[in-house]
Amino acid sequence: MTKAVGLLIALFALWLALSGYFKPFLLTLGILSCLFTVYLAHRMKLLDDEAVPLQLRPALLLYWGWLGGQIFKSAVAVSRIILSRDMAISQNLVAVPCPPKTEMGHVIFANSITLTPGTITVEAANGKFLVQSLTDDGANPEGFAEMGRRVAQIEGQVK
Amino acid sequence: MDAFSLDLLRDIASGIFFVVGCGFMLVGAFGMVRLPDVWSRLHAAGVVDTVGAELILLGMAVQAGLTQATLKLALIGLFLFVTSPTATHAVANASFIAGIRPTRLRRNETADVLGDKARAEAKS
Repeated sequence: MTKAVGLLIALFALWLALSGYFKPFLLTLGILSCLFTVYLAHRMKLLDDEAVPLQLRPALLLYWGWLGGQIFKSAVAVSRIILSRDMAISQNLVAVPCPPKTEMGHVIFANSITLTPGTITVEAANGKFLVQSLTDDGANPEGFAEMGRRVAQIEGQVK
Repeated sequence: MDAFSLDLLRDIASGIFFVVGCGFMLVGAFGMVRLPDVWSRLHAAGVVDTVGAELILLGMAVQAGLTQATLKLALIGLFLFVTSPTATHAVANASFIAGIRPTRLRRNETADVLGDKARAEAKS
């Protein structure tokens, strides 16, 4: 039930943000279409932790801010390599342990690694990620450990 | 502070975002040409579609002010944040499965992740 109400609110907020109309007739139509969508999602049994991730902590926003900083720093590092004369790349495929417990936590962690220029998550198996990095600095285990710790803090409870 | 200087400040701020964003995009384009293989070129593409695209969206948001357009730009940025790593991962995973390995590979811990399957592959 909480999931249904959460999805309804999120859908209607999206509807308002994209349409920008506040006439009563159009608002009614918007609410009706959101209700119909929630009903369909319920019928398709989509109202779970994956579609409506209400279990994530609000600190996710702070995490995004921190991630933005990391992305900028590593983008500068990759740009320096591209612009340097001899392009000092030494690629690695490293195994990274994954501290988050839930599936949503795994997805956030893997996507954060890929978003940061210089590292890409290639494969996940046996509770570990295979990460390709452009330089030896990018394969530094402490950087991954800190990111994993932060994701584990925001992923919420396992149900 | 009157309206004129506020507009000027806004133009300067968004101009800085545009210039830095375009700079990163240009560097990313150079990287696509200069770097040696698929794996390293993906990183150049990563610079373009994270920092480059987000900074230009940020510049546009500053230019638009507190309007509905800014809200839409924020949504575009959010979706880009979710979809671009997914696309990058798809390309990387496809080339991994196709058997392409990075050039100048220094450390390879594939066996630690995939276990026996990878060891059998390495033998054959």
